[in-house]
Amino acid sequence: MTQNQNLFFQKFGITPNDLQRYLGEALSAGGDYADLYFEYLTSTSIRVDESIVKSASQGISAGCGVRVVSGERTGYAYTDDLAAEKILRAARTAALIARGPAKSPVQGFTEHANHQLYPIASPSADADIAAKLELVMRADRSARAYDPRIVQVRAGYFDEIRQILVIGSDGTFATDVQPMARFSVSCVAKSTESSAQGAAGGGGRVGIDFFNTDKTPEHFAQDAARQAIIQLDAREAPAGEMEVVLGPGWPGILLHEAIGHGLEADFNRKGTSAFAGMLGKRVASDKCTVVDNGTLPSRRGSINVDDEGSPTQNTVLIEKGILKGYLSDKLSARLMGVPDTGNGRRESYAHIPMPRMTNTYMLAGDDSPEDIIRSVKRGVYAVNFGGGQVDITNGKFVFSASEAYMIENGQVTAPLKNCTLIGNGPDALTKVSMVGSDLQLDEGVGTCGKDGQSVPVGVGIPTLKLDSMTVGGTAR
Amino acid sequence: MATHTQTVSGTDADLRDLAATVVSRAMKGGATAAEAVVREASEFSAVVRMGEVETLKDSGSRGIGLRAFLGQRAASTYSSDFSEDGIQRLVGGALELARVTSEDAFAGIPEPDQLGSLGDLKLYYDDVYSLPPDERIDYARRAERAALEADPRIKNSDGASFDASTSQKVLANSHGFVGEFRRSSCSVYAAPIAQDANGNMQRDYWFSLSRTMAKLESAESVGREAARRTLRRLGARKIASTKVPIVLDPMVAGSILDNIFDAVNGDAIYRQSSFLMGKLGQKVAAGNITVVDDGTIPGGFGSEPFDGEGIPTRRTVVIENGVFKSYLLNNYTAKKLGLESTGNASRGLAGTPGIGSGNFYLQKGERTPQQIIGDIKQGLYVFQFLGFGVNMVTGDFSRGVSGVWIENGELTYPVEEVTVAGNLKDMLNNISEIGNDLEFRGSTAAPTLRIDGMMVAGE
Repeated sequence: MTQNQNLFFQKFGITPNDLQRYLGEALSAGGDYADLYFEYLTSTSIRVDESIVKSASQGISAGCGVRVVSGERTGYAYTDDLAAEKILRAARTAALIARGPAKSPVQGFTEHANHQLYPIASPSADADIAAKLELVMRADRSARAYDPRIVQVRAGYFDEIRQILVIGSDGTFATDVQPMARFSVSCVAKSTESSAQGAAGGGGRVGIDFFNTDKTPEHFAQDAARQAIIQLDAREAPAGEMEVVLGPGWPGILLHEAIGHGLEADFNRKGTSAFAGMLGKRVASDKCTVVDNGTLPSRRGSINVDDEGSPTQNTVLIEKGILKGYLSDKLSARLMGVPDTGNGRRESYAHIPMPRMTNTYMLAGDDSPEDIIRSVKRGVYAVNFGGGQVDITNGKFVFSASEAYMIENGQVTAPLKNCTLIGNGPDALTKVSMVGSDLQLDEGVGTCGKDGQSVPVGVGIPTLKLDSMTVGGTAR
Repeated sequence: MATHTQTVSGTDADLRDLAATVVSRAMKGGATAAEAVVREASEFSAVVRMGEVETLKDSGSRGIGLRAFLGQRAASTYSSDFSEDGIQRLVGGALELARVTSEDAFAGIPEPDQLGSLGDLKLYYDDVYSLPPDERIDYARRAERAALEADPRIKNSDGASFDASTSQKVLANSHGFVGEFRRSSCSVYAAPIAQDANGNMQRDYWFSLSRTMAKLESAESVGREAARRTLRRLGARKIASTKVPIVLDPMVAGSILDNIFDAVNGDAIYRQSSFLMGKLGQKVAAGNITVVDDGTIPGGFGSEPFDGEGIPTRRTVVIENGVFKSYLLNNYTAKKLGLESTGNASRGLAGTPGIGSGNFYLQKGERTPQQIIGDIKQGLYVFQFLGFGVNMVTGDFSRGVSGVWIENGELTYPVEEVTVAGNLKDMLNNISEIGNDLEFRGSTAAPTLRIDGMMVAGE
């Protein structure tokens, strides 16, 4: 028995027989597939603001979502009450999508061995609130000590434990206990002439110890303060097409926006993505190999099983520039006749799963980061980003640099004000001419939004040079 | 789908009692002040694609949130568990957490004489669920069909939908305030995809949102407008970098209003995180600019009879003829800044109240969008912003755009893969024209705006 079974079977008194009955009810009007997603989520957040902890918050949410799939049609209903009659009612509601004779689910469930991607001695959620409070206070002190021009500091600590049970009419039975912890710091700096901000954060599927050993509050605080101070002297960014070098790690948001979303199978099944029909074709320079890997230990974007109960995988999206695969869930795998890559994810029990990214990154190349910068006559070196967005259908994507510098004659020079980079997904990576040997993943801050659903993700790249990209500044 | 989407398990009185009970239990447990919010909601959604039903969703949910104070210390908890055990954890958890947080001189709930409700603001109509299930699906299907039939170049669809929802919110606090209101909404949406001779695709969308079916626009008109918006993007190209006037259509002008809201809200002000900090009473925008927040408009998408702390909502002139007149504040930020709350507390279930807008709009001008465009020799008409490149501390603004090139007062070819950049401080002062086309399609609204002096970055 796993912990989940203990939780849902014991706390809520659900039995394997109940589960069969719920699935039977879900398929009472026919349909190809039905599943139930049980979720029990506890979370804590604590913030320091103006050097005091003004508030702390804790919460619990629980519920069950029932899905019935019939051809390309999906019926969905959920309940936040796990009493049998409420789940049966949700199952009957979802069942109305199908119009036919009742079907029977597979009798008995099969539970496969899960990945064990988050081996945590003591989950953050169990740690004393005072220990979490001390972490945010340390961040506040550290950021303020960094420079007297730091006038405002906010730091926050957030953790959650999501316990899930997924059962499907094909015999799927999967459980997972998914921890998550995240630390964030933002600073405002002021000089007589200007104001600026800086932000940093990170975490993953880690315990509280991570913040005492691997990435300390001081690490995040000083990084946020450093960025704010640098930005005080930033000058206008240039406008127009030029060479762009992306630093390692979080700038991998380029991959997420430029190609990741466009390779989600649902968009391609419907022919709504600029990448539709491009399997086997060149979409990047031959230096580019890009994967989506949900199996990296302790990473924010990693999960043992996806939210349909399928094990996560390491999926090659682009190999030496050639488009190799899409990210799929059960529905798109069945309808497109492709393998299920274990990318069916959802925000919560109240949401229908769909293909989503996990950790999306480019493999390291051979170039030294120093050589990459030296090769640029006039361009932009972008090392930190706010957020990004893509229009899947025409492929246009943007991402906004929060820390960037000019490169002039092979040297990194002045810091630049916030600027947005814009490009076209299907050809942006064809302009990658150098790939560094320094692959890094981001520190664990990414949240991806799609159709109103947010899920945690990771990104990463080595230092990259794009021969041409439009930089959205104001200076000629 | 179920014809009856009544997922409310209790009656109104039950929710009121529950909120009041949670407050009194927190007080009995030692709290010096407490505030509880109970929310119950139901939603229906039908998504159709290429004429076939893609998803149907029909469900309800509820939750409770508690904010408890021990003197000047505060903490909050929330739960979806309404059982005795769940309520006990909710109350016990908040009190326990409040013991470890810091003393904050400004913490607390509003004073009794600040509390109250404006009563019925016509926010709830039970007709949003009145259509039989098949007709709800048909509403979405008709919108999509109207888009697909509008032009042979529209060959695909990202779907069309019909949505309906209702919610009820009860707020109670330890001054004895108990307020409640219901809201309803229904909407229809279509997102067609057009393809040009070279196989390049474009997608756009249109929608109608209403509190009552009686005022929801027809499926056909939404579908046709979605088609028009999509078709005008076909054949879009990049242009060379240039400095020209830009004209924002009302949808993207609304996002500039969102930026103004972020800059005038009390949280950003006291944290020195706003480019408008220290500018109260000064000229911050062109003399023709008046920006108003009004949470009291009957039927408004941003209306509520009281805010997230039980203070009646009101009308606040934020910018008047270009002069910065008022911040938007909740109780905490008002006390912090030595001012009165403007009734703008926003309260979800979790955490401390933030600041939310009511109906937040820029007052309309007198000229039509056609007249505004007609004046421009060379410029860019913008109908989409892409990305989040706005820095609220400095006002620096750089976002991706799609639009149409203006040449000699006429809209010519579509443009994409370019950015526009500037600084919001300058942009607000450089709004040289305001359209007469103010229309609420959400809680924030602006008419067509012309802004001069922005840099367009392209080739």
